[in-house]
Amino acid sequence: MPIANYLYLAAILFTIGAVGVVVRRNAIVVFMCIELMLNAANLAFVTFARINGNLEGQIVAFFTMVVAACEVVVGLAIIVTIYRSRRSASVDDASLLKR
Amino acid sequence: MQISENLVWFIALPLISSAILLLVGKKANSWGHIAATTVSASTFIIGVIEFFAMQARPEENRAVVQKLFTWISVGSFNVDASLLLDQLSICFVLLITGVGTLIHIYSISYMSHDLDRRRFFAYLNLFIASMLLLVLGDSYLNLYVGWEGVGLASYLLIGFWNQKPAYATAAKKAFVANRVGDVGLSLAIMIAFATFGDVTFSGIKEQTDAASTTQLTAIGLMLLLAACGKSAQFPLQSWLGDAMAGPTPVSALIHAATMVTAGVYLITRSSFIFDEAPIAQLMVLIIGAVTLLFGAIIGTAKDDVKKALAASTMSQIGYMILATGLGPVGYAFAIMHLLTHGFFKASMFLGAGSVMHGMKDEVNMRKYGGIGKFMPITAITFGLGYLAIIGVPPFAGFYSKDKIIETAFNAGGIKGIALGIATLLGAAITAFYMTRVVILTFFGNERWGHKDEPHESPALMLIPIALLSIGSVASGYLLSKGKSLVYWLEPVVNPLKEHHAEELFSHTTVSLMTISVVIIGVSIAVRKYRGDQSDTAPEKVSKLTIAARKDLFQDALNEATFMRPGQSLIQKLLNIDHLVIDGAVRSVGVVSISAGSKLRSLQNGYVRSYALMMVIGVLSLIAVIWVVTA
Repeated sequence: MPIANYLYLAAILFTIGAVGVVVRRNAIVVFMCIELMLNAANLAFVTFARINGNLEGQIVAFFTMVVAACEVVVGLAIIVTIYRSRRSASVDDASLLKR
Repeated sequence: MQISENLVWFIALPLISSAILLLVGKKANSWGHIAATTVSASTFIIGVIEFFAMQARPEENRAVVQKLFTWISVGSFNVDASLLLDQLSICFVLLITGVGTLIHIYSISYMSHDLDRRRFFAYLNLFIASMLLLVLGDSYLNLYVGWEGVGLASYLLIGFWNQKPAYATAAKKAFVANRVGDVGLSLAIMIAFATFGDVTFSGIKEQTDAASTTQLTAIGLMLLLAACGKSAQFPLQSWLGDAMAGPTPVSALIHAATMVTAGVYLITRSSFIFDEAPIAQLMVLIIGAVTLLFGAIIGTAKDDVKKALAASTMSQIGYMILATGLGPVGYAFAIMHLLTHGFFKASMFLGAGSVMHGMKDEVNMRKYGGIGKFMPITAITFGLGYLAIIGVPPFAGFYSKDKIIETAFNAGGIKGIALGIATLLGAAITAFYMTRVVILTFFGNERWGHKDEPHESPALMLIPIALLSIGSVASGYLLSKGKSLVYWLEPVVNPLKEHHAEELFSHTTVSLMTISVVIIGVSIAVRKYRGDQSDTAPEKVSKLTIAARKDLFQDALNEATFMRPGQSLIQKLLNIDHLVIDGAVRSVGVVSISAGSKLRSLQNGYVRSYALMMVIGVLSLIAVIWVVTA
């Protein structure tokens, strides 16, 4: 199996994630799509590390995981707080900053 | 040249007093008028002392100078603020401080009911200081400072009762008309500096031979413009009638006796320029002749007693300007008429003020009549001034005006005959309108239409009038006795170049002619105005009378030629400002606002649309990089 297929998979996963962020309203689903995009990026990093035969890509993948973990903590906290105050997890409802 | 240390007090005393009265404010209300009058009187005393000291010195040593400080020092250009008191300035100093002090005394009583009397006296002192600086400055630049100062004082005093919009407008009009003249003076100074590199009288006098006639003519014409503005001469005469809005003492001091004669002083002081510039001198003659008839004609139709006197002032100054235009032979007579006019016109103005005081500030002569028996002293003093102005011997006007008429006739050629006829005609009209004023005011039926009888004014007002009328009786004889004033002024006005033309008429002939036209003028007025008069002006009058009532259309002319074109020009400039300059600024704002409101719709608050935009942005960035690198 050619190694480029990993990259195609990463691109497909990233696109699915991006489309999900844009089209879904539920904040939890949007959040999951963002995670999908992050992991697509991780897959690409790891693949490039393999192609180039060094470790930089793998190290960056670890960093990304750490950042993603932090982001999940903060993001979920925000979503829960918004849900508590507004009784809704729809991202379109939280549009008070317009105009 | 003698050096003196006293001259500075002429200006410092009234200036300091004026500043104190204005700065101390209401606390000075109780003593302000006394202080101002004392200061004015002390300048008069200094003037008298200086006069006798000057008289005691030999003729070539009479002028005294005092350098105050170096005013401007730029390279080779040096102007000192210095004062010069010579035979010409002392005449003015004595007139200004003498008449000024009498009018201060008069005003104490005249203005006693005015809440703002202190401010009035502060302005009067400011005027005295500026006027003295005008006549004492030893250069055109120093003169200019005083020139502007009297303009300011005149403006402040005409608009003294500025709560009335018409009075405030009159003050503004006087200021604007004077400003036109001031431009002339500043241009004259600039041309003089460009030509001679000097602005002092003595410096320019020494160099007149070096300058071309054209340059001297230019300076002369500009000086004449300045004189026209300040002395209310044609074509800048229109402000003087309205200037009567000021309190009557102001009209007497500033707009009859002193400030309006500044133009005569300027031309006499610049005799060394005018004597070398025949065209400018001819213009002086023409303007003098035109104004003396112009003023006299207006004077015949005015029902406002002050405006009639103002027209008369204009006409009499026309005589003086004409006399200065006659060259070296005329200057002394111009100054003589100026001094006698200062006495009799101030006395008549104060008399008119006294009548107004007794008549509840009524100025319309049609509402007077028969006041003579209620106000005998005012009537007698006014009568003396009247005899002086129409030129009845031996009163003052006879000596001074006759000399001017005689000199005009003897100027030679057609010019002499034309000027002589103009001055003679002016004398006849003067006799007519002054008789009219006297008859309408003091004789005939009582037309004031209320029961309160007019009352004689208090002594504080009558004493200055009486002193001035003594001056209007005696000054002419004293000044012309043995040609005293002519010899006195000789060193200043260059008599050496005097040339004796063939005399057209002898002194006696001219006197007889003048007296006969005066008698004609008086008898026409007596015939026309004796008996009972109506208390309203007649409606059916000749076209000339209508024109004279409207000041010979001077305002209409000014409005048509200067005011309206000026206003429409301003309106057009304003439109350009609105459309082009403001338009450019505003369009920047309009573009920003409309661009903003279009872009604002992108900020809809939906997180997903922001995310979409981010995606689009990244994709397009990638596309660009791909296109560029490929």
